[in-house]
Amino acid sequence: MTKQSDLVLEVKNLKTVFFTNSGLFKAVDDLSFSVRRGETLAIVGESGCGKSVTALSLMRLVPDPPGRIIGGSVSLEGTDLLALDEAEMRAVRGNRISMIFQEPMTSLNPVMRIGDQIVEAVRLHRSIPAREAQTIAVEMLRLVRIPEPARRAREYPHQLSGGMRQRAMIAMALACRPALLLADEPTTALDVTIQAQILALILDLQKELGTGLVLITHDLGVVAQTAQRVIVMYAGRKVEEASVEALFASPMHPYTRGLMASIPAVPAAGIVAPERLNEIPGTVPSLVRLPKGCAFAPRCKLAIKRCEAEYPPLADWGGGHLAACWRAEEVAEVA
Amino acid sequence: MTEALLEVTDLKKYYPVRAGVLRRQVGTVHSVDGVSFSLQAGETLGLVGESGCGKSTVARSVLRLVEPTSGKIRLDGEDITHLSKSALRPHRRSMQIVFQDPFASLNPRMTAGDIVGEPLIVHGLATGKALEARVAKLFEQVGLRPDQMHNFPHQFSGGQRQRICIARALALGPRLIVCDEPVSALDVSIQAQVINLLIDLQRQHGFSYLFIAHDLAVVAHISHRVAVMYLGRIVEIAGKDELFRNPRHPYTQALLASVPIANPLAKKLAPLVDGDVPSPVNPPPGCAFHTRCRFAMERCKIERPALLDAGDGHQVACLLNEGTGRSNATA
Repeated sequence: MTKQSDLVLEVKNLKTVFFTNSGLFKAVDDLSFSVRRGETLAIVGESGCGKSVTALSLMRLVPDPPGRIIGGSVSLEGTDLLALDEAEMRAVRGNRISMIFQEPMTSLNPVMRIGDQIVEAVRLHRSIPAREAQTIAVEMLRLVRIPEPARRAREYPHQLSGGMRQRAMIAMALACRPALLLADEPTTALDVTIQAQILALILDLQKELGTGLVLITHDLGVVAQTAQRVIVMYAGRKVEEASVEALFASPMHPYTRGLMASIPAVPAAGIVAPERLNEIPGTVPSLVRLPKGCAFAPRCKLAIKRCEAEYPPLADWGGGHLAACWRAEEVAEVA
Repeated sequence: MTEALLEVTDLKKYYPVRAGVLRRQVGTVHSVDGVSFSLQAGETLGLVGESGCGKSTVARSVLRLVEPTSGKIRLDGEDITHLSKSALRPHRRSMQIVFQDPFASLNPRMTAGDIVGEPLIVHGLATGKALEARVAKLFEQVGLRPDQMHNFPHQFSGGQRQRICIARALALGPRLIVCDEPVSALDVSIQAQVINLLIDLQRQHGFSYLFIAHDLAVVAHISHRVAVMYLGRIVEIAGKDELFRNPRHPYTQALLASVPIANPLAKKLAPLVDGDVPSPVNPPPGCAFHTRCRFAMERCKIERPALLDAGDGHQVACLLNEGTGRSNATA
């Protein structure tokens, strides 16, 4: 078993809701998970499943109103982030926990030099002379393998390519050596050859610095290549959690199974592409009018009466493989 | 071989880059720089490449939505490159397009039924009761309920909107449908629905697709043949299985190696190329890929490789091994 001190992040029963004109919706409903030092946890799901709101909740960046965290605890290195006031949270954000976003162009300041933006982030948390911070900035740019870092530090975001900008974002996020890095679809806006470069970079740096990483993505390929553990979310809830090997070898939730069968594969040695893709019928339900029982039941081939009446509990099916399904055992047998 | 439905020869599209108060031309974007391919009836040709490689410009030029700088486009044997707008109109019936963003390509103030019926009205093919019946039939074909005809686009989900776009493209009984990233904006589970629909419709109606996407797995699934573009040129074109199992261009090989495989036991994330795609304003001389290619020779910086036959219906533009590219066996 892992030592308690290894845990960087422990989230318990997190609940984030949004108050909208069409009613209250639970974007994240009773979510618990933990991340160990140096571990990569992937959160996977489709749009609206609550994966990005989870990240924003951890950063305490949920816009209020309309959103609010109404329950649970988020413990980062033993400190409950939800109990901090805004000034205390500012001291943690970007320092012990930082985040990289999907679109680097909208998250960098367009009228500020790259180097100065990193300097700003560093000096916010450490009282060091500007000169020293500047040296750290250039060092960070070198670390993320930007060629000619000293020259690039004096450039503006628009002078960099998309891949370079994402590298600069990573440099900024890691400048204070955070204990936890949240990456929300960090490579979705990038081309596939650049994506491979950036993912390799994030993993290398994580190994080097021992950072815990929460990687949020919709791409099961990215999950398989990067994560050690995976959480699958559907309609605001965790429906399955397992080690990456166990999840891909024997998914226990019908939604996970459906997702895996619906992605086309590149034909290569050892991979036989399916003749026809598996479809998950229907669409993701509206979070305002969630069914009483399992949210996936209306789209599920295995749904029985009980699924519509009662929400299945998240049960451990052995070896830390959690799944919230009344028929989880049968799902695994079919696999 | 029978005559191709679509034949594109040496297509070029340049855009001027202007700057300064006098808007003087300071450069040229070589968006599409000499692309040739053909497409048979009932066939799907996939066009892949990274952003800025010119794949969308090729798609739009084929439909004459963008005027090509030079080159020839033949549809059903007839040269449509220089036809006037009115002369082009009858040909528009046989070629349609489905765009990436089903949110931006539907008029929010028209009902779904009106959107699908509009091409029939424009071409004077149906009115009144007959029009309504045709539209209802099209709705059924794409898996929508005819009673949804009176709903507006915002009442549909992303996947359903893409179905409306497909119904509109089908309305005139086209022989060629250009799909420009038709599933990129959709969720994974919805993507599969739309891809299956596109394949089913092709089996029923026998039309051809020019299918543009950046997602190699999607292209691999739907295409019969695949062309890979880099900086405005086709670097490799082959049958699907041949291309994916035996890629010969170093760029194709790097592209395939970059795709994250959904199998944790096959970890490999080792990028085969460094750096970024160069700017199409001043593309590198010789082979445009030489700046990122691990196998580049002196010749590659000077000589521009032609797209040559490498056997098995496989064409590649690479100077290695006397113009047949690099064999994967040596990888």
